[in-house]
Amino acid sequence: MMAMSKKILEQEPSEIEMLLPWHAAGTLNARDARRVDEALARDPELAKQYAAIREEYAETIDLNESLGAPSARAMQKLFAAIDAEPARNPSASLNISARIVEFFAKLSPRTLAWSASLGALALLLQAGVIGAVLVKNQAASYQTASLSTNEPVTRDLAAGAPPRALVRFAPDARVADITALLDSYQASILDSGKGGMFRLQFGNKAMSKDEIAGLMSKLQNEKIVSLAVATP
Amino acid sequence: MQVLYGRHHVRVFRFGLRLVRDEQVAEDLISEVFLDVWRQAGKFEGRSAVSTWLLAITRFKALSALRRRKDVELDDEAANAIEDTSDDPEVAVQKKDTGEALRKCLTALSPEHREIVDLVYYHEKSVEEVAEIVGIPENTVKTRLFYARKKLAELLKAAGVERGWP
Repeated sequence: MMAMSKKILEQEPSEIEMLLPWHAAGTLNARDARRVDEALARDPELAKQYAAIREEYAETIDLNESLGAPSARAMQKLFAAIDAEPARNPSASLNISARIVEFFAKLSPRTLAWSASLGALALLLQAGVIGAVLVKNQAASYQTASLSTNEPVTRDLAAGAPPRALVRFAPDARVADITALLDSYQASILDSGKGGMFRLQFGNKAMSKDEIAGLMSKLQNEKIVSLAVATP
Repeated sequence: MQVLYGRHHVRVFRFGLRLVRDEQVAEDLISEVFLDVWRQAGKFEGRSAVSTWLLAITRFKALSALRRRKDVELDDEAANAIEDTSDDPEVAVQKKDTGEALRKCLTALSPEHREIVDLVYYHEKSVEEVAEIVGIPENTVKTRLFYARKKLAELLKAAGVERGWP
């Protein structure tokens, strides 16, 4: 046993062997996880090592969890220090950046993966519904019932309002890219997180239908945009 | 900032505490880390997860704090500060508590080995993320963890714990 242990200790570890801890933690990509699973199935020595790793994994978590949490003093110190910082005028883009960072920070990698899948499904449904509504009510107007002139009096509901759109970003879009895109389009986020879609408003001025169509077309051609649909 | 702090401060604290081994210093550390985040929010490029960014800052601050204390080499002394509540590994084994012996040996690892074990097992960081936090190549991340585990096995063996590996 001693001789065998010594032999193993002196050996250079194999690639699969080195990946075992990440397999135990569930942080390997699908391809590597499959490779490790296959190796574990055919190599009992590796499986024995993996059992030891799972034990280490559990005890490391236990140890860290036993460390407790910081006292309120740390938070008081932090926010006192922030209060003492010179006043800043954060730009609009910073606010947007912070909102996006906070939104993504709330999600674990697994949640993000599920959101992406659900988002893709919701995307198809929403695109269909929005498309149908837009085609049906292209004029976006209403007709008064009290007047009796030959021509109906209509008022464009969209008049005066800046254009809005539902936008879904590519799954690999970086926060910095999204922020830069929002800046370049002078866009702001009105609503976020529903099925991975963001409701954006562009600028502060109304646009004609042609301008909006051009804007959507330009937006749709952005590398980090998966879908852009104008909304009323 | 409150949301960010609320979500990450405990893990940042624990990561810092495992590095500096002093609760007061670790608490000061998290204030410094989040203050830095407040000051540098605009520099966050979103290439990595927020937690990875925070842990990288924490590590840098912890190492600076350790350098300030100038007692990195006196690791065993520092360890005593937080290890008084449990038995030695040998005693733990006598109690047939392998888990406790393992935890004891985990605290006895070198700072370099401790941080990589924590980042992978507790903070669930990928090879790429650990490489980013520690500032070493990905292959070095893998080999460093392997040798950290080997050291852990040696410590356990010295304490009389046989786990079938290596």
